[in-house]
Amino acid sequence: MIADIFQQYNYAVVIILMMTGLYTVFSSRNLIKKLVGLSIFQTSVFLLYITIGKVADAQPPILQKVYDGEEDDYTHQAIETVQVAASEGGYSYATDILYSNPLPHVLILTAIVVGVATLAIGLSLVVRIREVYQTIEEDEIDALDYAFNLEGTDNPVNAGAAE
Amino acid sequence: MDLTQYMPTWLFEHGPAFLIAVPLLLAAITAILPSRRLAWWSTTTMTVILVIAALALAQYENANGMDVYRMGGWNPPYGISLVVDALSAPILVLIAAMAVMTMLYAMPATLAEVEPKKRAPFYAAFLLCMAGLMGMVITGDAFNVFVFLEVSSISTYVLVAMGASRDRRALVSAYNYLILGSIGATFFVIGIGFLYMETGTLNMADMGRILSEMDGGSRVSMVAFGFIIVGLGLKLAMFPLHNWLPGAYAYSPTAVTTFLASTATKAALYLLIRFTFFVFNPEFDYVAAILTYLIVGLGVVGMLFASAQAIFQTDIRRALAFSSVAQVGYMLLGIGIATTASVAAGYLHLINHAVIKGGLFLAVGAMWYRFGITRSADFRGLAKTMPWTMGAFTLCGFSLIGVPFTAGFVSKVALAEAAAEQGYWWSVGVIMLSSILAIFYVGRVLMTAYFQDPPEVDGQVVAKNEAPLMMLIPMWILALTSIAIGMNIFGASDLIVGVSERAADALLSAGG
Repeated sequence: MIADIFQQYNYAVVIILMMTGLYTVFSSRNLIKKLVGLSIFQTSVFLLYITIGKVADAQPPILQKVYDGEEDDYTHQAIETVQVAASEGGYSYATDILYSNPLPHVLILTAIVVGVATLAIGLSLVVRIREVYQTIEEDEIDALDYAFNLEGTDNPVNAGAAE
Repeated sequence: MDLTQYMPTWLFEHGPAFLIAVPLLLAAITAILPSRRLAWWSTTTMTVILVIAALALAQYENANGMDVYRMGGWNPPYGISLVVDALSAPILVLIAAMAVMTMLYAMPATLAEVEPKKRAPFYAAFLLCMAGLMGMVITGDAFNVFVFLEVSSISTYVLVAMGASRDRRALVSAYNYLILGSIGATFFVIGIGFLYMETGTLNMADMGRILSEMDGGSRVSMVAFGFIIVGLGLKLAMFPLHNWLPGAYAYSPTAVTTFLASTATKAALYLLIRFTFFVFNPEFDYVAAILTYLIVGLGVVGMLFASAQAIFQTDIRRALAFSSVAQVGYMLLGIGIATTASVAAGYLHLINHAVIKGGLFLAVGAMWYRFGITRSADFRGLAKTMPWTMGAFTLCGFSLIGVPFTAGFVSKVALAEAAAEQGYWWSVGVIMLSSILAIFYVGRVLMTAYFQDPPEVDGQVVAKNEAPLMMLIPMWILALTSIAIGMNIFGASDLIVGVSERAADALLSAGG
């Protein structure tokens, strides 16, 4: 049992981070803290993806020199491999060396960019909310909006004539 | 009319990439255009070109079968493929067509609700959102779906927040949408990760093949399915996960509401269909169980609960937003029953509802534009002050209820028939009940508009003040489309029913 946990150490970290992040999003009433929770939640997914790219006893996915030919042959072979894979598909590069899977890393690079964009938009929204409401506490914003509704001033009479 | 013969041949070779790449590039250019008028022209021209291209591709697909585009010449399953098939082609046309309607309406509307210096970025965000939605629908690669989902979502958050110059609650709504939307997308990407662990591929067709060979796979793919359902459920506003939707619809700029209501949830719903029937398969035990007990159950509860909530809304746009949640319930019911007829009915309702809700939100937006009203109590005498707008609202409203000779009736009957065929008699009753609830929230507005006199402002009765022509044109196109589908004018009904049956056929025969 304990051995299992240590063997799958990464997954344990992923689950802890995921739950921490999700709990923070739902329990916190502060807009910035929610975004922090969201970021932690997304980070746990990055870790999950990177973990599944690991192949036991494998080398980093960089083409190795596999035979003692000329120096040029090696580069040549690497390029050829890629070209054949592109044109025919299903071509496998026969080798004794076991490589890690690079694809999840590439995927998660995209997801990191998406996460940064989301966080940037979220933070800029909080800046605007703070300008308009003078607070970033959700309870106070709700109270302000409720008062706003009661006054019935949510009904711009001359809208449409903005220009 | 056969468009394919008028199109240049490169369109059929590179059309799928054209649909996504060109609006994405144009968005970057539009954002820095100095004049808002130029930005509007470039965006509108783009949407018109896209709708023609999408229609031509759909016709080409209809004649020549599925079109798989290999991005960068890399073969699937290694490269990313773009797939135009019987299921995706109609949704592509729908998104592009709704974008054209929205852009026509947006010309006067953005003048009133978006600050001058933000107008060019507004159009840029709109193009991004549309390109993202198109990408979600057309791509054949599961991770690519996530990327396009986020492209469209992030631009949607920006678009919703632009409603702040009219109502500050748009900011809070956009924030809530951002939090829930990101959680949904992250759940989705976790699901994709688990699927990749199980199958070792990201190509959706390949995933589907490997999963059927494994007879559903191990617990990993069960977990993946759960995550994908919850993630997409958040995006498509499945009943208990719909909390972001009313705020986002009610406070965003009116043009954005129209576009979101008729395309964003629909694209997510398309993905749900794609994943449950194409990647996974209703023959797997766990998928069948989720469809029968969760999707049907939530669909039915959503129909009743959201319709009831819609009745108690004072803001007409919130009422229509809750009605959207209820209508998603109909589509979920069709998907959950999982026969060819029911999926076709759900798909049909998806298209019809996009047309109907688009028309309703355009009409409501025009009323706001003229009189600044959003509360249903303020609709007094609108039939006299804005007869044409109110006419379009009435037609679309009837269609939403499901009055005979409208689009809503066609799809509700198809759905009820498909449900009854499988012994879901009780759900026919629920469809009826939910439609009766729709009579209340639509009827209340109609009663106020038709049977009460226009209010007096400063001692004078409000004069007739019709919406501008640019708003009336798209509104009436949608209203008349809904009637044309209902009465089978120009074979519109046959066409759309045929399209959805073909989509369901392709889906369920391919999976089984």
